[in-house]
Amino acid sequence: MGRYVARRLLQMIPVFIGTTLLIFLMVNALPGDPVKALWGDKPPDPAQVAQIKHDRGLDLPLWEQYLHYMKGLVQGDFGKTIAGNRPILDEITQAFPVSMRLAAMAWTFELVVGITLGVIAGVRRGRIIDTTVTFFTLLVISVPIFVFGLGFQLIFGNELGWVKPTVQDSEDFQQLMLPALVLGLVGLAYVARLTRTSIKENRTADYMRTAVAKGLPRQRIVTRHLLRNSLIPVVTYLGTDIGALMGGAVITEGIFNVTGVGNLLFQGIARREGAIIVGVVTVLVIVYLLASLLVDLLYAVLDPRIRYA
Amino acid sequence: MPDVTKTTPAEAAAETPVVTMKPADGREAGGARSLWSDAWRDLRRRPLFVISALLILLVLLVSAFPGLFTSTDPGSGDLQKHFLGSPNLGHFFQEDWFGYDRQGRSIYARVVYGARNSVMVGVGVTLLVTFFGGLVGMLAGYFGGFWDSLLSRITDVFFGIPFLLGAMVVLNAFTDRNVWVITGALAFLGWTQIARVMRGAVITTKHADYVMAAKALGAGTKRILFRHVLPNAVAPVIVVATIALGTYIVAESTLSYLGLGFGSDAVSWGADISDATQDIRNNPHTLIFPAGMLSITVLAFIMLGDAVREALDPKLR
Amino acid sequence: MTITEKTADVPAPRSGEEKSGRLLDVKDLHVEFHTRDGVVKAVNGVNYSVDAGETLAVLGESGSGKSVTAQAIMGILDMPPGKIPQGEIIFRGQDMLKMSNEERRKIRGRKIAMIFQDALSSLNPVLSVGYQLGEMFRVHEGLSRKEAKAKAIELMDRVKIPAAKERVSDYPHQFSGGMRQRIMIAMALALEPDLIIADEPTTALDVTVQAQVMDLLADLQREYNMGLILITHDLGVVADVADKIAVMYAGRIVETAPVHELYKRPAHPYTRGLLDSIPRLDQKGQELYAIKGLPPNLLKIPSGCAFNPRCPKAQDICRTEVPPLVPVTERDGAELAGRGSACHFWKETIHG
Repeated sequence: MGRYVARRLLQMIPVFIGTTLLIFLMVNALPGDPVKALWGDKPPDPAQVAQIKHDRGLDLPLWEQYLHYMKGLVQGDFGKTIAGNRPILDEITQAFPVSMRLAAMAWTFELVVGITLGVIAGVRRGRIIDTTVTFFTLLVISVPIFVFGLGFQLIFGNELGWVKPTVQDSEDFQQLMLPALVLGLVGLAYVARLTRTSIKENRTADYMRTAVAKGLPRQRIVTRHLLRNSLIPVVTYLGTDIGALMGGAVITEGIFNVTGVGNLLFQGIARREGAIIVGVVTVLVIVYLLASLLVDLLYAVLDPRIRYA
Repeated sequence: MPDVTKTTPAEAAAETPVVTMKPADGREAGGARSLWSDAWRDLRRRPLFVISALLILLVLLVSAFPGLFTSTDPGSGDLQKHFLGSPNLGHFFQEDWFGYDRQGRSIYARVVYGARNSVMVGVGVTLLVTFFGGLVGMLAGYFGGFWDSLLSRITDVFFGIPFLLGAMVVLNAFTDRNVWVITGALAFLGWTQIARVMRGAVITTKHADYVMAAKALGAGTKRILFRHVLPNAVAPVIVVATIALGTYIVAESTLSYLGLGFGSDAVSWGADISDATQDIRNNPHTLIFPAGMLSITVLAFIMLGDAVREALDPKLR
Repeated sequence: MTITEKTADVPAPRSGEEKSGRLLDVKDLHVEFHTRDGVVKAVNGVNYSVDAGETLAVLGESGSGKSVTAQAIMGILDMPPGKIPQGEIIFRGQDMLKMSNEERRKIRGRKIAMIFQDALSSLNPVLSVGYQLGEMFRVHEGLSRKEAKAKAIELMDRVKIPAAKERVSDYPHQFSGGMRQRIMIAMALALEPDLIIADEPTTALDVTVQAQVMDLLADLQREYNMGLILITHDLGVVADVADKIAVMYAGRIVETAPVHELYKRPAHPYTRGLLDSIPRLDQKGQELYAIKGLPPNLLKIPSGCAFNPRCPKAQDICRTEVPPLVPVTERDGAELAGRGSACHFWKETIHG
């Protein structure tokens, strides 16, 4: 087990380098100039532009810039913003806790509501409740999420007044409720679908027939035998979704005015602040890689047939 | 360890369909049946499949020949008709059927003409992604060893970048965002899903008895790959691709909402939906019709994928 | 004790039914499956009975309805698509088809247990064998987790699994095929049921292991005086352990007989065909006999005798009239206990 973890951690290094390099190249090799963007619509002063670029090392070849960046990163230096000259690490440490709270809440929605719906639909296969759940999940997946976000904001925030339409205090869990629900909605639908499919596949398995033949009560058959097997792929999905929730909050955070990672990313993209994007993605990649390692280890616990050597 | 195919669990996670190549249950009628003909017999009798297939045909027809469905110019606005007569659902297929938008343009005409861009993005991304992702997955799965390690790591690298975020970064660099740019940006980041599914399917198929038999008979690599492995591994890929097609259409609209989709002069569902979000409060019809059409189209593709998945997998019937 | 002796004291006279002897009586059982292609008639009027300590072997090709009958007795048919339009399954004098689900559940595992063919897929892959064995005691007898585990180890010992104590926490995939089947047997035996149904218990095993597992099952059956229904397509397995045989074809019983009589003098052409297709050392060099044709499509069972398209002796009457299962007698009309044949020409088959 220990050797497996060590090997996996080693394997992560090239992926980590590759991903940061890729996003670095995407941000920097594509047309568009963050320095000129400082002037907005006015014509920039070429001398000043060149000066800023020289100070920031932006006139160096791309590979040198990347090495420079990685060197800083290892020492915990994420660079500074071009506009305002603020340390990017500060911005990230400010934004991450907010997004983490939001993601954790959204994740809980996915876990609790998604699995419940999926189990109900899977066990009551073919009944009205199954059709309803299936239709609901399809609807959630096929309607763009910002439509839900704006719709919920309008209905629950403005019309009914149940919640504040926008988040004023990002530490208030009650205010984060609606954004978290919107953020977790798509994942919730996928979890429900995955659970339902998995249950449907497992309920015809031979070991289920054995469980019935043993004279076990229905409830025990479902919880101890059916769910225990069916939830393995769902756990895997939920594990890898943590990272996606943190990075995928651009829309939700925008609508509800949450100042988290999504908001920071959107700022970074709009102002072409490549260093912000690379910095945030770097952190997200680390979260994602660790989450997937954790999922793999959890998988071995849940399914004894999997052994990592 | 018995055969638990060694893919990382994370790969099995996203809705990878498990397609077993078993013929239908022994209790059913005999006679030779192939997986696909069996699936087809099953599909024809599923109302959801028939409905979604017809819807998709209709949407394809509308995107190919929008002129057949309306004679109104989607771009010409008449400010006198600002939010006028909204909507007139009794006036089937008339210009004012769905009402007018802020600039007095016919929403019906815009929905009809907007189909093309949205559908082209969806279909285009799916084709690109299936081709490149499928190729990478097939090579990695079939050759294994060094090639698998290399290609899988490359896939991991691309998978590590959040899909929407990556597309935003790429699209932000372009000022003229047309169908090709948007399609390319989405495909550039979206191919990993198909690659993973294809790799898993090829690995499973590779160890099947009939592939072993073909090898034993001395068939060459090319023949084994294209005659034996690919046709049998392609089923889960088709299912995933069909469902993904819908999600690409949604992605385009989301990018439009962020101001990173089609330019303002292009007609697309995504652009219209994001325009309409400003008027959601007092004139929700401007949002409901383009959003509804988009959702119905996406729904049709997902339902089609689901139906095919269930038809191909005897365990789910 | 030889098998002939055993058959001698189980002539199953009518009077025995009221006493403790008669465990199970299946009467005119019909099972059908409603599929998209039509109604599959899997079982079409099966009658058989099992007494305590008796072994009934049910013989037939796949699709003959032998497993479906067993599943109907066990109450584990998928309904729908399965349906039991008529028939009775009388266990210890009570028709189980008229019982509530809860009553039936309490019989399953405790009074009637089942052993399945493929132990690897029939055992839950993610639960330890100790847990799966112990579950029987925890659910039916309310034992604690600890007590159940002790009982599980005891059971594993009884089915001769070496190092039971160490292996009780292992998972099914960590055992060999033969050991897994022993675990299945242990699970069925756990509560010392009155009747065990074994559905092809050795088909998935190596030949050498088959004999061991079969011996174990027969020993345990004798020890507990259980009834055993042994479902198989392997005539070799049957000869050693069974008391009586029921041969099934297309959802019907076509012949019943005490085991050795069937081998000596089959009274149905299908049984004869089966026996003739066993390879025999004394006929080395000759071509092996095979019943021509294929098992019938259960969606459209041939009219008359279902076997008629494949029968070497088929006459016009075979194509029109379904032969009932009639008692088989000696040439002079003397009764042959426990024998029956569903052939219009049983006389010619057995005596000719």
